[in-house]
Amino acid sequence: MNKKKEVLLEIKNLRIEGYSDEKWVDIIKGVDLTLHRGEVMGLIGESGAGKSTIGAGAMGYARDGTRISEGSSIEFDGMELTTATESEKRALRGARIAYVAQSAAASFNPAHKIIDQHTEAPLQYRLQKRMEAQEDAMDLYERLRLPHPQEIGFRYPHQVSGGQLQRAMTAMAMSCRPDLIIFDEPTTALDVTTQIEVLAAIRDIVDQFNTAALYITHDLAVVAQMADTIKVLLKGEEVEEASTEEMLKNPREDYTKSLWAVRSFESPQRQRPKDGVPLISLQNIDASYSSGPKILDDVSFDVYEGMTVSVVGESGSGKSTAARVITGLLPPSKGEVLFKGTPFTHDYRDRPKDELRQCQMIYQSADTSLNPKVKISEIIGRPAQFYSGLKGADLKARVDELLDLIELEPSQYYNRYPSELSGGQKQRIGIARALAAEPTFIICDEVTSALDQLVAEGILRLLDRLQNELNLAYMFITHDLATVRSISDEVVVMQQGKVVEQGAKDDMFKPPHHPYTDLLLSSVPEMDPNWLTTLLEERGVENLGDAAAAKIAEK
Amino acid sequence: MGDILKLVGQRLGLGLVILLVISIIIFFMVELLPGDIAQAVLGQGATEENLAALRKEMGLDKPAFVRYFGWLGNAIFLDFGNSVVTGEKVSTVIGARFANTLFLACYAAVIAVPVAIVLGILVALLRNSIFDRVANVLTLTSISSPEFFLGYILILYFAVKWGMFPAIASLSEGMSFGELLNRTFLPALTLVLVVVAHMMRMTRAAIINLLASPYIEMARLKGVPPLKVIVRHALPNAWAPIINVVALNLAYLITGVVLVEVVFVYPGIGQALVDAVSKRDFPVVQACCLIFAATFILLNLAADVGAILTNPRLRHPK
Repeated sequence: MNKKKEVLLEIKNLRIEGYSDEKWVDIIKGVDLTLHRGEVMGLIGESGAGKSTIGAGAMGYARDGTRISEGSSIEFDGMELTTATESEKRALRGARIAYVAQSAAASFNPAHKIIDQHTEAPLQYRLQKRMEAQEDAMDLYERLRLPHPQEIGFRYPHQVSGGQLQRAMTAMAMSCRPDLIIFDEPTTALDVTTQIEVLAAIRDIVDQFNTAALYITHDLAVVAQMADTIKVLLKGEEVEEASTEEMLKNPREDYTKSLWAVRSFESPQRQRPKDGVPLISLQNIDASYSSGPKILDDVSFDVYEGMTVSVVGESGSGKSTAARVITGLLPPSKGEVLFKGTPFTHDYRDRPKDELRQCQMIYQSADTSLNPKVKISEIIGRPAQFYSGLKGADLKARVDELLDLIELEPSQYYNRYPSELSGGQKQRIGIARALAAEPTFIICDEVTSALDQLVAEGILRLLDRLQNELNLAYMFITHDLATVRSISDEVVVMQQGKVVEQGAKDDMFKPPHHPYTDLLLSSVPEMDPNWLTTLLEERGVENLGDAAAAKIAEK
Repeated sequence: MGDILKLVGQRLGLGLVILLVISIIIFFMVELLPGDIAQAVLGQGATEENLAALRKEMGLDKPAFVRYFGWLGNAIFLDFGNSVVTGEKVSTVIGARFANTLFLACYAAVIAVPVAIVLGILVALLRNSIFDRVANVLTLTSISSPEFFLGYILILYFAVKWGMFPAIASLSEGMSFGELLNRTFLPALTLVLVVVAHMMRMTRAAIINLLASPYIEMARLKGVPPLKVIVRHALPNAWAPIINVVALNLAYLITGVVLVEVVFVYPGIGQALVDAVSKRDFPVVQACCLIFAATFILLNLAADVGAILTNPRLRHPK
């Protein structure tokens, strides 16, 4: 590491205000930041910490509904951005400071070819002619190890996979060889196996061109691979800043330590009853949407009473489709779902109430799965009324009891609307709604992945307590192996609609495994700052992500 | 491309079914009208024998569904029967008039659609500015004033006070195209004022709706200037709703022009329809309704196809 210690970006006393409820409130409350040429700084914190706002602020850009307050100073290579005119700032963007967004799928314009979006900035700044810019794009695609670098740019964004798009976006950020790139959670929306290829590509390219970067993420293990220094943020304020190694070894502040210590929760593993009948049993299920290709191919697994089965796999592996088959939303084309040994009706529309009540679902996004116009009491009360026929005082007593179960004070929450609740509280309401039917089996579809780690941990503890008290069985759909480790009793690994491996949790986290399970497990970033380097040496740069998964599928 | 052709084929088939249903409704609604057509044609003084003879001649003595199929079979070949008032073929009565209406609609559309879209882009770019508000107020005023009122105001200023354009849009044989444009300018302008607001506001809303998308923010952070952000990044994704509103308004230009034609004494199909209704000339009424329905269906079909063609996911499947 022989990087010039020349200051590139200096932010002093940055305050950014946001407009909400008809008044301006501080979102960023006086943050200082110094970034040298060629240096990578990680900004980490939970949602609402203001990481992305600072990232955009570093480009002198305030998102709609926010403004940079007076007295803030953002100095980029000698130029003060807070007093610069709009066109002066615009001349920097794309050319000298570039941005890589969280979701490449949403941040590429669906109406234009990838390469036309890539060459837009170089053409606009008249740095290159169109043909030169296209050749340069292909060269960058090759450096980022995108397949078919000569022609991939001529596709439309929807014709390219998520991991490839994210790399194409990194290439696009490089198009004018900027001095600084803001990476705003560039791998959060990706599967772990795909994440690695993007991380490796970003690190390579930043090294090759000695580009400075602000790397924004909530994932400590990821930032440990990428950053030279780490700054921890909480609610718009800096908690502490130190070099990556120092920060990992000796975090000073309590908040930082608490971030490091999450996922300490692990529920003890339960064993299958000796000769019991499984509560839910999938038997050789095939399923597909309308007449499309098979999404599930000969899937079988069992869930026993009071136990948790985690189903893991990449997006598109058929996890959620399996859940839809069990609940009857998607009748299988072959096979049976058995409930305590007797077949479930295929289509939910034909199921009697007693079958319907057995399987309930909790969804990933509590924001979108709760009706914003309906009071909490009604959200929870409706299934209680529908399944148990409760009315009046009985119904209210039942809703109170359910609110007690999910650790929310009934008198306080009974008459509230979902929008008045925090993300974790909304997810608790989702749990209460599932419990209202008095089910024996609950499908949890990525229930913690939209939540911050500390909040997610609270939800996992709650689910575990409820399981012990009410003898519930869970099917946990997740791509987060830390969640698997903390809550499951058994694990089912799926790839491309097939079950590749299943077994008890303790066995699954010990070798030997199916190669795909190995790939999944080894792709989860670890806190060790050398983890990525070591892994790349072991696996080789050509054997990452999609390529590696495809190889296994071929065998 | 095969998929798109299939989609278009399905839409076209559906359109035909709808047209068939509408033809049934039109035919039997006219059937339900009170009064006796033969009586209306011959007047109060007609004798029973005369009435019976006329009924037989017009086929009114046959059951309704037999007459329906006869009518439909001929209508497919654009033969809508003979006018009961003048005895001429319906197609000759309304053919020329329909062409006039089409001409006026095209004239108005050629002005209104580009003006509405360019204005929509400008107000989206300068949203919440004075320009945006003034444009909003003006277009809202024009859309909420009745056409006849707008028409008379235009006549008052452009024809009576300033004498720039003729107040009456009468057509004569052998007039030059320039003369034609000049004479029909005021009715066309009235129609433009009526339809521009709707299309402009939809363009504005469709574009502003997209401005919160991540790819718009990405374009801004790439240093793309504001106008280019809207024209190059927002507009291509906003076509579907815009095209739909444009199609609806084009349909209105053809089917909703009755008042404007009356105000400017323009020999279009709307006037023919009004005349026919007052004279109980039922074959003409049926033909007009059928033409209006077909116009609506065709334009909506065109809007669907347009929306499909502007969707990159459908144009470039995986």
